[in-house]
Amino acid sequence: MRVRHIAYPKGGKRTTMSEITTLAITELAELLRAKELSSAEITKAYLDEIKAKDGIIGAYISVFEEAALLKAEEIDKMRASGVDMPVLSGIPAGIKDNICTKGMKTTCASKMLDGFAPPYDATVIEKLKQLDAIVLGKLNMDEFAMGSTSENSYYRPVRNPRCVDSVPGGSSGGSAAAVAANEAAYALGSDTGGSIRQPAAFCGVVGMKPTYGTVSRYGLVAFASSLDQIGPITKNVRDNALVLNAIAGHDPRDTTSVNRHFGDFTSGLEEGVRGLKIALPREFFADGVSSEVKAGILAAASAFEELGAGIIEVSLSTLEYALPAYYVISSAEASSNLARFDGIRYGHRAVNSDSIEELYINSRSEGFGSEVKRRIMLGTFALSAGYYDAYYKKALQVRTLVAGEFNAIFEKCDLILSPVAPTPAYKIGEKVSDPLEMYMGDAFTVPVNIAGLPALSLPCAKTTEGLPIGMQLIAKPFDEALLYRAGYAFEQTHPIRFDIDRRCVSHDRGI
Amino acid sequence: MTGEYEVVIGLEIHCELKTKTKIFCSCPTDFGAEPNTQCCPVCMGLPGALPVLNRLIVEYAVKAGLATNCTIASRSKQDRKNYFYPDLPKAYQISQYDLPLCEHGYLNIETGSGAKRIGITRIHIEEDAGKLVHDDRLGTLVDMNRCGVPLIEIVTEPDLRSAEEVRAFLQKLRAILIYTGVSDCKMNKGEFRCDVNLSVRKKGESTLGVRTEIKNLNSFSFIMSAIEYESKRQIDMLESGDPVIQETRRFDPATGKTYSMRTKENADDYRYFPDPDLAPIEVTGDMLRDWRASIPKLPDERKAEYVSQYGITAYDAEMIVSRIEVADLFERCAALTTHTKIVANLIITEVFRLLENDDAEVPFSPEQIASLAEMLGTGRINTGTAKQVLKEIAGTELDPETIVKERGLEQVSDMALLEKVVQEVLEENPKPANDYRSGKTAAIQALIGKAMAKTNGRGNAVIIGQLLKKQLS
Repeated sequence: MRVRHIAYPKGGKRTTMSEITTLAITELAELLRAKELSSAEITKAYLDEIKAKDGIIGAYISVFEEAALLKAEEIDKMRASGVDMPVLSGIPAGIKDNICTKGMKTTCASKMLDGFAPPYDATVIEKLKQLDAIVLGKLNMDEFAMGSTSENSYYRPVRNPRCVDSVPGGSSGGSAAAVAANEAAYALGSDTGGSIRQPAAFCGVVGMKPTYGTVSRYGLVAFASSLDQIGPITKNVRDNALVLNAIAGHDPRDTTSVNRHFGDFTSGLEEGVRGLKIALPREFFADGVSSEVKAGILAAASAFEELGAGIIEVSLSTLEYALPAYYVISSAEASSNLARFDGIRYGHRAVNSDSIEELYINSRSEGFGSEVKRRIMLGTFALSAGYYDAYYKKALQVRTLVAGEFNAIFEKCDLILSPVAPTPAYKIGEKVSDPLEMYMGDAFTVPVNIAGLPALSLPCAKTTEGLPIGMQLIAKPFDEALLYRAGYAFEQTHPIRFDIDRRCVSHDRGI
Repeated sequence: MTGEYEVVIGLEIHCELKTKTKIFCSCPTDFGAEPNTQCCPVCMGLPGALPVLNRLIVEYAVKAGLATNCTIASRSKQDRKNYFYPDLPKAYQISQYDLPLCEHGYLNIETGSGAKRIGITRIHIEEDAGKLVHDDRLGTLVDMNRCGVPLIEIVTEPDLRSAEEVRAFLQKLRAILIYTGVSDCKMNKGEFRCDVNLSVRKKGESTLGVRTEIKNLNSFSFIMSAIEYESKRQIDMLESGDPVIQETRRFDPATGKTYSMRTKENADDYRYFPDPDLAPIEVTGDMLRDWRASIPKLPDERKAEYVSQYGITAYDAEMIVSRIEVADLFERCAALTTHTKIVANLIITEVFRLLENDDAEVPFSPEQIASLAEMLGTGRINTGTAKQVLKEIAGTELDPETIVKERGLEQVSDMALLEKVVQEVLEENPKPANDYRSGKTAAIQALIGKAMAKTNGRGNAVIIGQLLKKQLS
C-alpha cells in the first residue's frame, strides 16, 4: 500500500479504497468535485477504518454509521444534480463528545451523561451541517475535558495510534487519535488549557486553539467558560485553516464570541516566513523538558531561520505563575459549571435516596469520576468565603500579568515558538497516580488560554522511538492566519512521516 | 412595654420586569401558561447552552434607578450565586454581587407622622428561579416557566421604623415602578414581593439589634401582619432575657405567625464570582440621557401639581398618586369638572374602598366620577345619594345623571317643603329637641337624620341643619 502524505497524483488513476482515508480534506474535495469518488464511498472507507482499528484505539464513544451513510448518499445526489458544493461537503468528521449534537448522544465521556442526547445542535455543528459535512460519530476524551491523557474516560482510555502503549494526550485524545489513525478526515476538539494542542502533538497531527471568541462556545458543554475554545484537528495545516474557516464567526447566542470579520484563513498560506520575527522564550526550555523535545524545537527554530525568519530569545517570566493560576480559575469555573449535573432533570440519578440532599450527594458521587471530583473540590474551595481573595482574585491578577507580558513580547515579535509539552507521549498508566505531575505537563499550553491567544500545534520532529514531537506557535489575538502561514512554510519544507502502530489493526478489517 | 422599643426595618423587594421575553433567552414571560411550555435549552440550563442578556432589562433597571434617585454605574457586571435547589436548573442564579447597576438612591414618604426620606442601598438585576409543584400522586415536580424571568432586587437602608412606614414606602415604590413602566407589580402574580429584615432595640440606642429576615411576602396585609408579629416576638424575647437569633423566617398567613427556616450557622456560602459567560454591562451617557427623557411624570411631581393647581391637601394628593390608574382618573376628571376637591374626596372615601386589593382595577370611568362631582358641587344631589349611585354604577357604563333623573334622586332644597319637614320632626321628637336646647348640641344629628329619612335621603342636609337651628334657638 502506498502511503500518501502530501498529494495524490493529479490526473492519476482512481485512488484505491484503502488510500482514501490517508488523504487530506483538499484532496478528498478535489476527488469529489471531479466525481472520481462519492461521499458514500469516502464515508464507507472511514467507517471501515473505525471498524478495523477502533477496537484498540478507542477514539470513538458513538459512531453514527447509518445517519452518516444516509447523509452521504443525500449529498451525492445533490452533487449529481449539479449543485455547487462547499469544500467540506460530503467529507466525514469526528466530533469531540462535549459538543452537543441534536438527538445524538453527547456524554462528555462521563457516567453522569451516559445516554444523554441534547435537544439541540451546538453552533459549530449547525455550521458544519449547513456545509453538508458528515458527522461520523462522537470522540472519546477525558471526562468533561479534565485531563491530559484521555485515560479519564468513563468508557475506556484512548490509545495513541503511533504507539498503542502510549497515551494520545488529552483531553481531546479521541479527536487527535481519530485523525492520526485515519478514522476521520478531521475532528473538532476543545482546548481549555492545551486539550487540542497537546494531543495533536502526542499523535503527530495539526491542532489549532483559536483566539478566545473566534469560535462560538454555544453547545460546548462548559468546563471553564473563560478559557474554553473549540478548534480543528487535522492531518495538515491547510486542512486546519479550511475547517477553521467553517466554524469561526460571531454567534449572537454566545456573548463571548467576537463580532468581527474573520477573513479566509487559507489566504496568505504560501507567503512564507521571510522577515518574520519569532521569539523563543527561555523559560520554555528549563529543566524538566526532555532533551529530545528541546532539540526538536531548536531544530525547528533553525529551520525557520533558514526560511528567512529572525529568531529572538525572550523571557516570559510569569510562566511559572500561569499554571497555578490556570488551575485555580479553571477549577473555580468548573465547580460552578458542573453544579447543574445534580440528577434532577437529566443525567445520572442515584436510586434509593431519602432526601433531596442525599439525592444530590449520591448522584454526583456516583456520576463523576475522580479527576472531575478533584477539580470540583479544588474550585469550590477556591471560591469559598474567606478564600476568594487569596486564590480566585489572585489568579485573575496573574492572568492580567501573563497577558501583559505576552503583549510586550508581541510588540517586538510576530510569533512565539515553544514546545507544546515538556515530553513526548508517555505510557498509559504512567502518571495516573500523580495528578500534580500530570498538571505540570500543561505548563506550556495553559498560558495561551490564560491570555486568550491563538496557538497552533504541529509536528516538528520525531523521537528515536518514532513518537511525534510537537511545536507550538503562538500569535497575537486574531492572528491565526499568520500561524497557518508559518506552520505551512515549515510543513512544506520539513515533511515528517509518522507510522500507524500495526498493533491497532484488529483481524476483522472489513475492506 | 412596647413603647420603650424601636423597630428597625430594611426591605429587599423583588420586582418582575415587564419584558415580553426572559432575561437570557427569547422565551415568553406570560403568567399562567401550562407547566414547562415556556422554556428552552438556555433557561433550562441544559449543558452547553449560554445566556445572552436582554438589553431591555438593563434599560428597565436603570429607569427604576433613575426614578428612585440612584447613581447609575457606567460599568457593572453579573455574578453567579451558587446553590443547589431543584427549581434552579443551572445550580446557580445569575445576579449582581459587588457592582450593581444602581446604588445610593432614596424615596421620600409621607405618613400620618409627617415626611421622611428612606435610603435605597442598591438595585440589581437577576433571574427568577422555577417553581416546585407538589402533586399528591406524582410527588414534587418542577415547572421551569419562571426560570429566567427578569427581576430587579431593590434593597433599602434600615431606615424604616414601623409597619405604617413600610406600607407607605412600598406603596410609593410600587407606584413609581408602575409609573415608570418597568413593571406591572401585580402582587397576586408574584410580580412584587418583599423580604423584611427586622430588629428591635431600646429607644435611643444607636447600635442595631440582632435581625431576622422574613422571606417572600407577597401581599401588603401579610407584610403588615408579619411585621406586627415579628416585632412583638422579638420584644418579648428581649423582655424575657432570651437573645434574638439571626435567622431566616417564613410567615404563615394561616396562623399569622413567623417560623424559623434556617439559622445563620447553616447559611449557604454562595461562592459568588463574575459570570464568565457574560460581558460587563456598559451604560453610556447617551443611553442615560435617552432613558431619563423617557421617564414620565412621577408621583411626587404629580402630587405637587395637585396641591398647587387643584388645592388638594398633600396627604390626599399622596394617596391619589399612590396608584397611577387613580391618578390618571383624577386628572381626567379634572379636565371634565371644576369641582376637583369633590373629585378628590370621592376618590379617597369611595373609590379606594372599592379597590380592595392592590391589583384590582378602577371600576369607574372619568365621565362617571366627573358627572357625580358636578351634581354634588352644584347641589343637585347630596353625599348620600352620590354614595348610593357610585355603588350602583361600579363596573357598569351607566350614566349617573340618567339614574338621578329617572329615579328622581335630586336633592330637595325647596325651602317650603323642608320647613314643613323640620316642623314635623320637631313635633314628633321632643326629647332630642329638648336635649339640644339644654346644650347637648350633638342631638341635632339625630334630628337631621329623622328629617333626611322623611325626604327619602334626598333632603339638603345643610339647609335642614340651618332650619333646625333656627327653630330651636
